[in-house]
Amino acid sequence: MKLELAQVRHVAKLARLSLTPEEEARFLTQLSAVLEAVDALASVDTTGVPPTTFALSTAAHVRPDEVRDELDVDVALRNAPQKVGTSFAIPRVLE
Amino acid sequence: MISDFQPVIGLEVHAQLLTTSKLFSTAGTTFGAEPNTHTTPVCLGFPGALPVLNARVVELAIRTGLALECRVNEKSEWSRKHYFYPDSPKGYQITQYEFPICEWGGVTLELAGKRVRIRRIHIEEDAGKSVHDAADGLTLVDLNRVGTPLLEIVSEPDLRSADEAVEYLKILRDVLVSIGVNDGNLEEGSFRCDANVSVMRKGSEVYGTRCELKNLNSFRNIKLAIDTEIARHVDVLEGGGTIAQETRLFDVNRGETRSMRSKEDAQDYRYFPEPDLPLLLVTPEEIARAKATLPELPQAKRRRYVERLKLTEYDAGVLTAERGFSELFERCQAAAGVEPKKVANWFIGEVSRLLNESGVKPGEVKFSPAQFAALLMAIDAGTISQNAGKEVFGEMFHSGAEPAEVIARKGLAQVSDTGALEKVIDELIAANPPNVAAYRAGKVQVLGFFVGQVMKALKGKGNPKVINELLEQKLKG
Amino acid sequence: MLDLPLWALASKLAGKELTSVEVTQACLSRIAATDPKVGAFLRVDPEGALSAARAADASASRGPLHGVPVALKDNLLTAGVETTAGSQILAGFVPPTDATVTARLKAAGAVIVGKTNLDEFAMGSSTESSAFQKTKNPYALERTPGGSSGGSAAAVAARQVFGALGSDTGGSIRQPAALCNVVGLKPTWGRVSRSGVVAYASSLDQVGPLARSVRDAALLLQVIAGRDAHDATSADVAVPDFAATLEDGVKGLRIGLPREYFVEGMDPEVAAAIRDAAKTLEAAGATVREVSLPHTKHALAAYYVIAPAEASSNLARYDGVRFGHRAKDVKQLKDLYERSRAEGFGPEVKRRIMLGTFALSAGYHDAYYVKAQQVRTLIRRDFDQAFADVDVVLSAASPTCAWLLGEKLDDPLAMYLMDVLTLPTNLAGLPGLSVPTAKSSGGLPIGAQLIGKPFDEATLLRAARALERERTLDAWSPAL
Repeated sequence: MKLELAQVRHVAKLARLSLTPEEEARFLTQLSAVLEAVDALASVDTTGVPPTTFALSTAAHVRPDEVRDELDVDVALRNAPQKVGTSFAIPRVLE
Repeated sequence: MISDFQPVIGLEVHAQLLTTSKLFSTAGTTFGAEPNTHTTPVCLGFPGALPVLNARVVELAIRTGLALECRVNEKSEWSRKHYFYPDSPKGYQITQYEFPICEWGGVTLELAGKRVRIRRIHIEEDAGKSVHDAADGLTLVDLNRVGTPLLEIVSEPDLRSADEAVEYLKILRDVLVSIGVNDGNLEEGSFRCDANVSVMRKGSEVYGTRCELKNLNSFRNIKLAIDTEIARHVDVLEGGGTIAQETRLFDVNRGETRSMRSKEDAQDYRYFPEPDLPLLLVTPEEIARAKATLPELPQAKRRRYVERLKLTEYDAGVLTAERGFSELFERCQAAAGVEPKKVANWFIGEVSRLLNESGVKPGEVKFSPAQFAALLMAIDAGTISQNAGKEVFGEMFHSGAEPAEVIARKGLAQVSDTGALEKVIDELIAANPPNVAAYRAGKVQVLGFFVGQVMKALKGKGNPKVINELLEQKLKG
Repeated sequence: MLDLPLWALASKLAGKELTSVEVTQACLSRIAATDPKVGAFLRVDPEGALSAARAADASASRGPLHGVPVALKDNLLTAGVETTAGSQILAGFVPPTDATVTARLKAAGAVIVGKTNLDEFAMGSSTESSAFQKTKNPYALERTPGGSSGGSAAAVAARQVFGALGSDTGGSIRQPAALCNVVGLKPTWGRVSRSGVVAYASSLDQVGPLARSVRDAALLLQVIAGRDAHDATSADVAVPDFAATLEDGVKGLRIGLPREYFVEGMDPEVAAAIRDAAKTLEAAGATVREVSLPHTKHALAAYYVIAPAEASSNLARYDGVRFGHRAKDVKQLKDLYERSRAEGFGPEVKRRIMLGTFALSAGYHDAYYVKAQQVRTLIRRDFDQAFADVDVVLSAASPTCAWLLGEKLDDPLAMYLMDVLTLPTNLAGLPGLSVPTAKSSGGLPIGAQLIGKPFDEATLLRAARALERERTLDAWSPAL
């Protein structure tokens, strides 16, 4: 399908990506082209065909209810762009 | 005004499961710790970290489903629910969407005399915590709570008043606590409730537009919030307005609900099956095992206490309020072999008082049911008085001492030996002819004087019942 | 020494004919001399490698890779060593833990020399979408090594290391292996743990080896395969001894040539090379017949819905809160997210996030995402049907030889078409292997792809070994 600019903007918002006007224009063209190719799927008869999430059905593994391998707090925070005490810090969220 | 409208309420309860580790991470579920001290790469949403399911969560979910009379699905599916928020480290929550683990159960409201259907129960992970006013211009994020296992229990919109909603929640909480899956704490948020409220004209079959109420952290607030919201709906509709479907927050201080999100931000959660977790398969054997270990539920137990033990509704309610307490009651009751009401009185009185005072849990008391039975027999047989019994029980409770030993050590045994008593009584009668005459002349109150004198002579340890009988017999001549 | 296959080197190390330190030194020197031209490595860790080598020399053998220098694609976590997945958004990210595959290599005694370049988050077919550098094909420096595991393929081809791991979501091991004249194996989905693999599309991702011989690939797979408690989708299927059946030949093996895999736009020389490979295997005792995989033509479309959908979800965690790039001077949460992500992700990644977000969004979810998952079922059934008649399927791994750098960079669809022969395997979860089979008239490598039944990597390796035995391509090294 051919997208409209408003759709590109809506999707960018959902995906939390701020796009420049050039990016919006480029994605409008490129994504429309990809989606037009993808639209061929509509021609496939999938009546009664179940969707596949897992290519192969594997047994679900579960684990015992035990505490293991907790990270030291300084290791947990080592990659944080900003921290205060032992908390991750971000600009204040207004609710 | 309200009488023209019929409120319609459905509830979504989020109950934290009592596990040691998290739903998909091996970090602990300890609360109140320093921020971010209980995490693994899974909790932090680090690249490459994969969820692995905690087996205990499945057991607890099955147990809950059975207790709430649900069908437990042998196949259920994990989904990702997407939203960006600092306390959601992966940008999605792992939950169950299309295929939940339990469906179609219900709860019976006794006061309202009706059935409330439970549409589904599913497992999902809790979010972390954001603190917005701790530091200058910053929000601080703590991910200790991230991934704590939750059960979401969704009712059908079968409730018709705030009172019904509260009754439903109390029953639900009692069930969850009694089967050991949840601690039932509303204030600390381990048992949370959102309410979907709408109103429709009486006689209508079409539900009105509903609003979702959040932030309901006590039974009182739940009732208040629902009543407030019902009144708001009626007001708006009576005024010719329309209700917008939205999420609203209950403001306890102002006693009002207010809109949380504008329509513009309508969420698009983009659910899809979680490719990191295979289908959750539950075998019939697992279900059978859970069924076999399911304890008697509070409502059934209450009925049994009233019907079989012949206790009052009130007594049954107090005795079954807490599982450990009722278990102790039943063990003592079985050992004592006296009528249940006597044991119930002890539990509602002394046992309960001492448990509260000492903070000891019913499962950890020092006295044994056999000792409790011995105490009751001593009282029943008149060996000790009711009051002395309380004193003896106090010692048993604190030290686990044998009642016979306490009675002997403290010299609490009553004199019931008629020979000994007759001797004292005979002396008194001989020493007080005028009072004897008064009694015989019909002044029966004088009996009290004699009882008092006998007790005094025996330093309070006479058996009042035997003394009374002997005195009456002798005074009559 | 650097021309030795990994298995031969391992045996010399085990026999103390060589020391790990001298071998590792040789690799480091080779990297220093050739990588300015090739650009295979994002990060070389000489200290770490040499200290691991010294430890290997000082200790009794810890396993089949004792002292062997190898490289890891930079989307595989290495504890304490920066791991970026080729993205600016992860620049400087130091993981606290090893991927399971990393840990298993270390436990087998391997010396990890460094981290190789890749398309950003493994999204690409040429390694050009890396945020950091371009990797060149060691056999033709103006050409792509393929992708997304282009760095690992180039490093192995350039004799910089003896083997490497890559990841394959739509062909990212097999296609660069074909373009760089090395062996690349994508195991069955679930055969190798994904724990610690920076996720692109979880239901398609799988880690596997790139090596200079089939036996090397078998040896590496042996070390990394098997159930892992940290990945709930890792399969509880016994891992056979792959080396044991390697030389068993193909007598009686039934090979299928799928007619739909000779696609429009395919290089005729590549098609001819595959038919020739079929003849070679036939001569070695296999039977060859044509098979049909009728839904192949829809695989690309299904893939470019499913993979981006999962990617849009897997990449939601890059938000600038706990790790990774954060935009400067952000005042609100919205800006923190939107700007950090806009600055941190490159164009191809953004394109796929947009595509996937769209495919999952309200109103389009069923028409795109669900439909693609249904078509995926049909593709899987095609293979089930084909495998009723044959043991392995033979095709090209890439429709063309290595193309010029930059050639397809502005045309995403043309680039996506380069995966058309490999991605059906990922959709079906099957094992696939690429083995060098010919040298084109222009002097470029051509690889043959073998596709097998679930968990039947052993048969793929055995068939590939049979083909390899008839070729002398392993002696063909790039002139650097």
